[in-house]
Amino acid sequence: MTEAVENQVEEQAQPEEKLVTLTIDNIEVSVPEGTVLVDAAKKIGVDIPVFCYHPKMEPVGMCRMCLVEVGRPVFDRATGEPVLEEDGSPKIQFGPKLDTGCTVEVSEGMVVRGYTEEVVDARKEVLEFLLTSHPLDCPICDKGGECPLQNLTMRYGPGTSRFIFDEKHHAAKHVPLGEIIYLDRERCIQCARCTRFQDEVVDDPVIGFSQRGRSLEIVTFSDPGFDSYWSGNTTDICPVGALTTADFRFGARPWELKASASVCNHCPVGCNTTVNTRREAKSGGELVIKRMMPRQNEYINEIWMCDKGRFAHHYTQSEERLTQPMVRNEVGELEATSWEAALDLVAEEFKAASDGLVTLAGARLSNEDLFNIQQVTEKLGGKALQNTHMAGGELVASVGVGQGSNLSDLGEGDAILVVASDLEEEAPLYWLRIKQASERGATLVVANPRDTKLSSKANYELRYSYGEEAAAVMALLGSISPKTPGESEAVKKLSRGQEVKDAATAISEANNLVVLYGNEGTGLATSQSLADACANLLVATGHVGKANNGLIAVWDKGNTQGAYDMGLVPSEDLAADLMSAKAAYIVAADPAGDDATLAEAIKAVEEDAEKFLVVQELFLTESAKLADVVLPVQANTERQGTYTNAERRVQIFYPAVPAPVNVHADYAVAANIAERLDLKLQKVIPAQVMAQIAETVSDYAEVSYTKMAEVEEQWPIISSEDVFYGGTSYENEQGMGQQLQPASQGGESPALSFAQVADAPKVDGLLAVPVTRLYDRGSTVVPTELLSERLTPTSVVLSPDDAEKLSIEPDAEVTVKLNGTETKAQARIEAGVPQGYVLVPRSVGIALNSPSPVEIKA
Amino acid sequence: MPEAYLCLRHREIENIDQMDVYRQNGGFSAWEKAISQMQPDEVTTEVFDSGLRGRGGAGFPTGLKWRFMDGNNWPHYVVVNADESEPGTFKDREIMESNPLQFLEGVMLTSYAVGANLSYIYLRGEFWELAHYLDERIAELEKEGLLGDKLFGSDYSLRIRTHLGAGAYICGEETALLESLEGKLGQPRVRPPFPPSFGLYGKPTVVNNVETLTNVPLIIEHGSSYYRKWGTEKSAGTKVFSLSGRVKKPGNYELPLGTTFRELIYEYGGGIIDDKEVKAIMPAGASSSMIVANDEALDTPMDYENVPNVGAQLGSASIIVIDETVSMDWLINKTVHFFKHESCGKCTPCREGTFWMSNVTERVHEGQANWEDVILLQDVATNIKGKCLCALGDFATEAVTTAIERFPEDFKAKAKSNGAASEELVETSAAVAD
Ligand SMILES: Cc1cc2nc3c(=O)[nH]c(=O)nc-3n(C[C@H](O)[C@H](O)[C@H](O)COP(=O)(O)O)c2cc1C
Ligand code: SF4
Ligand code: SF4
Ligand code: SF4
Ligand code: FES
Repeated sequence: MTEAVENQVEEQAQPEEKLVTLTIDNIEVSVPEGTVLVDAAKKIGVDIPVFCYHPKMEPVGMCRMCLVEVGRPVFDRATGEPVLEEDGSPKIQFGPKLDTGCTVEVSEGMVVRGYTEEVVDARKEVLEFLLTSHPLDCPICDKGGECPLQNLTMRYGPGTSRFIFDEKHHAAKHVPLGEIIYLDRERCIQCARCTRFQDEVVDDPVIGFSQRGRSLEIVTFSDPGFDSYWSGNTTDICPVGALTTADFRFGARPWELKASASVCNHCPVGCNTTVNTRREAKSGGELVIKRMMPRQNEYINEIWMCDKGRFAHHYTQSEERLTQPMVRNEVGELEATSWEAALDLVAEEFKAASDGLVTLAGARLSNEDLFNIQQVTEKLGGKALQNTHMAGGELVASVGVGQGSNLSDLGEGDAILVVASDLEEEAPLYWLRIKQASERGATLVVANPRDTKLSSKANYELRYSYGEEAAAVMALLGSISPKTPGESEAVKKLSRGQEVKDAATAISEANNLVVLYGNEGTGLATSQSLADACANLLVATGHVGKANNGLIAVWDKGNTQGAYDMGLVPSEDLAADLMSAKAAYIVAADPAGDDATLAEAIKAVEEDAEKFLVVQELFLTESAKLADVVLPVQANTERQGTYTNAERRVQIFYPAVPAPVNVHADYAVAANIAERLDLKLQKVIPAQVMAQIAETVSDYAEVSYTKMAEVEEQWPIISSEDVFYGGTSYENEQGMGQQLQPASQGGESPALSFAQVADAPKVDGLLAVPVTRLYDRGSTVVPTELLSERLTPTSVVLSPDDAEKLSIEPDAEVTVKLNGTETKAQARIEAGVPQGYVLVPRSVGIALNSPSPVEIKA
Repeated sequence: MPEAYLCLRHREIENIDQMDVYRQNGGFSAWEKAISQMQPDEVTTEVFDSGLRGRGGAGFPTGLKWRFMDGNNWPHYVVVNADESEPGTFKDREIMESNPLQFLEGVMLTSYAVGANLSYIYLRGEFWELAHYLDERIAELEKEGLLGDKLFGSDYSLRIRTHLGAGAYICGEETALLESLEGKLGQPRVRPPFPPSFGLYGKPTVVNNVETLTNVPLIIEHGSSYYRKWGTEKSAGTKVFSLSGRVKKPGNYELPLGTTFRELIYEYGGGIIDDKEVKAIMPAGASSSMIVANDEALDTPMDYENVPNVGAQLGSASIIVIDETVSMDWLINKTVHFFKHESCGKCTPCREGTFWMSNVTERVHEGQANWEDVILLQDVATNIKGKCLCALGDFATEAVTTAIERFPEDFKAKAKSNGAASEELVETSAAVAD
């Protein structure tokens, strides 16, 4: 790069913001144009109290808590010069009334006063007004202890009340807005943070105000009530105890809670979280997880998280957890044994199996676990597999988003392509961040066979048939560089029409381009061609090797990318691989439970006396029930480790509760097996495992726990002290993680193959395609009772036309004949499902890994 | 001063609501003239020069408001405020019912002036019959070729639609009205931005009152100086005064701005019922301050510049006359209950303050309060004032603070004890306790 070009790039990355200088409480501050006063004050540590204002939402000026005196310099009309006071300072004209600091934007030379008698009185008055209708049931309120109203009353409120208690307004105190969120109407101060969040931020306007005046009340108008994957966030930003989660309400007082940093592993976003725990007599003095809270990371989840991440933690403290190693005895039953005995046996059998060892690991494991497991397998020359049907991990390592990427940087002039993904279902926070980028002006191209929640934000919508995912991307590429080899019928068909051409132009001309591919309707093979096609498009348009450009795979598991990086690959035929194994080492995966065909394969291993099956798990899964040895392990809340998210940001999670006495972390178990195979692996401290990873896996050479734990000042500032400002999302004191450099950014030119483009499979009848639903029936979700009514039932989704043809009524029970199995399922009918296809949600009891012919019987 | 019918022309010209009669009396000549001979901003300039001010309450210069329309953001809208909800106001209804064509021509001229191709008339829900009626008249105009596409061979097209509110006073406030028109809960928006830069669907919008716009055809037909024949320098033209309260002949009277209260009440209104003494005047409906009806006040000209001299605003000129039979504690209990009922609840001081005030006024009126409660009431009202998101909060306090300040004896008579008495009580009970 020449110097000139380099400078240009620099400039592009950080557009000049116009700074405005003003004085707040006698302190001078310079902030970008357009900043509102409360934010400007925050920057210099001056608190202007707020209730309705939230730094992540548009100001509305409702609560009037932020009233301040605002003065502006006076200019001589004739000369345009500032008028000066006798002492030479600029003359400042203050307004006749107080102004709301949350709606007034900064201007040059402005003077803001938040300490004058008038302002002090105004704050007192607004609080007095609020308290006239407030129940003041702080002693039994869940918010007590972290309540903005309580805190601000202590700081700015009147000491006594002039209101006659009997005249208080009374309202319903336990109103379920659904079974997940409860509303206390007496506590509500009508700030509209919750309704604005649902409408503005997450586009689920399912709650709103009804009535008016003192009778103004929050209601829900969805069925089920408060139907949104984001509802928990409203309880974080509600400035009083009006909104509470059914999970936490009356569960603990905030000051009893301990906080530990964690990272959600339910999806590949990797939201930063805080685990709140409390020691409880009723649990025998044990530390119990009371709630999961978001922790600020403006690169990832900002201050939000989805309800799955928030609520689906109960599995970690489930009664069903395995607590001791087990070995199959002479009569064929699993029997408790010692770790020594179990590990000796495992090592002996593995050694015997040698390169006949097949390892299958699930990507909810940490990098440290996956690395040690892979090392054990490699030592013996076995096969290290991961349990996924999504391909492309190596491609992401090569052309993934560049180091320094932040989806928040995407906006005007940039483009985003989302292909084959129902993004909100697959990775809620990615949906949110892409939606926001589109609102900032980024061009959004959505390619999918049916409408998803993202569709409404799309500038261009491309439709293709299931199976033509790669073709859809190649059609875009073809419109840009016509000499694309391997043109199939599908590509030709999809290249027609103006939409595709316009979308292609937008993509090729974009300053920055990020491509996300998901797994809507794909299996491993189609996923591979799709990933190839996306990589082709990125490379052809020059959108690789730099920040805010590149490929994101919306993985099916939290740490799939980490698993790829640690060298675990998907199996093209898992049943065959398992059948061929002399010993199988299954960790955090349950093939027998997932799929009847795999269950057969596992049984074959079990029944063959020569073969040996080890399952390392949290629960006695279907696979574990068949194992020769079962090794119990710790949940991620009981230990430390790292996950690599889909943007290849490696992040640390920390222990929140002590582990059951006799279980160990996966990496430690693997290291103990390794020791018996004369392989030295770190088994005590995860940071040391990471050091070994850094030595072994070149992409991770720079990664260390120390660097991952570094924090940055983040904007908006939401320090946990100031619950009134950002809400109860935790401040990030434990680190932003480290984003890896893709090979293309290190100067390596990516080795790419052109995508194998398939036409849509032709079948006579219906074709079943797998899709993802956030609330699935996976083993980490089901133990959360709170979500039970919302989990996707064992079901298939049909188009209205097909349902009519087959005389299937909505929600009727049907028989699904698929891949030689028959399952009873509920029939859902959804407009938008293309005719001829049956959507089969993953992980709800019907195994389907790639599109297959299906028969549906009423 | 004699009545002058610029808006209530039906009182002079029979059947002016008929197309032919309206046309014979110059109807739609301004419209044809504007489209065929005038540039939009010439229409605006004429209205600006006429000195016409908004009749909805704030008295903002109409031509100036139109000039604020953001020319870089399209489309533009005109929204007519026909919510007429202020207690004591009933002028817009008479205009729309009896002189509908002039009103509609006014809407059309305004739309042309600001370049709107689609305009809305937002009527209070109770005006549903009127809305049907206006729909018919709009259809008639479309048939006549006065409304529709490419009018008179020009490039200008215009459609007008009526829209009914759902019965909330706050929807008369222009930004709440826009929210309601957009199909949302009727709550005001923070201003700025004002509707001419951010209005309906975020687009530049002129919101004007029915009466304001009904004046426009005559201004365009006869020129701005014609309009200035009536009224004063700062308050040009006539105003329809809605007179109500304790007068013998309540009703609408269209008089030049600057006519005195005395003339309206005694000459046109026939004086006070049973010839009682006038006690107070509320010139702007329930939102008014309480004017002490002494000679000075009665001789004050009713215009935008003079009414403030007697401690009130002209507002929508809904003159409610209070006589000696009315006690102020009763009156403010009424107004406060109205505002409590109508507060939209969006901002704290108004939502909570009107609720609090109504508890106290109720007790005062029922004779269940001490003088301290009256002081508290005054204090609560003062705390609401100037701190709300829209003007309703302030409106709610005007009558309260001025009634207590200007008619303290009415409250002293109602309070169970005055300050001195209760102090005595405290001392006595302290002594007993000893
Ligand atoms: C609480 C409240 C109620 C109002 N009600 C009305 C109304 O019913 N009719 C009206 O024309 N203006 C009403 N206004 C005034 C409008 O906000 C706005 O100023 C007016 O429609 C502008 O039109 P004008 O300039 O022609 O007067 C109200 C204002 C407030 C604050
Ligand atoms: S429920 Fe909470 S967030 Fe929602 S309006 Fe009431 S106080 Fe505000
Ligand atoms: S978006 Fe994904 S990572 Fe974030 S909380 Fe939800 S499931 Fe967890
Ligand atoms: S002053 Fe009253 S009516 Fe106006 S916004 Fe506030 S609560 Fe609503
Ligand atoms: S009005 Fe500014 S924070 Fe509520």
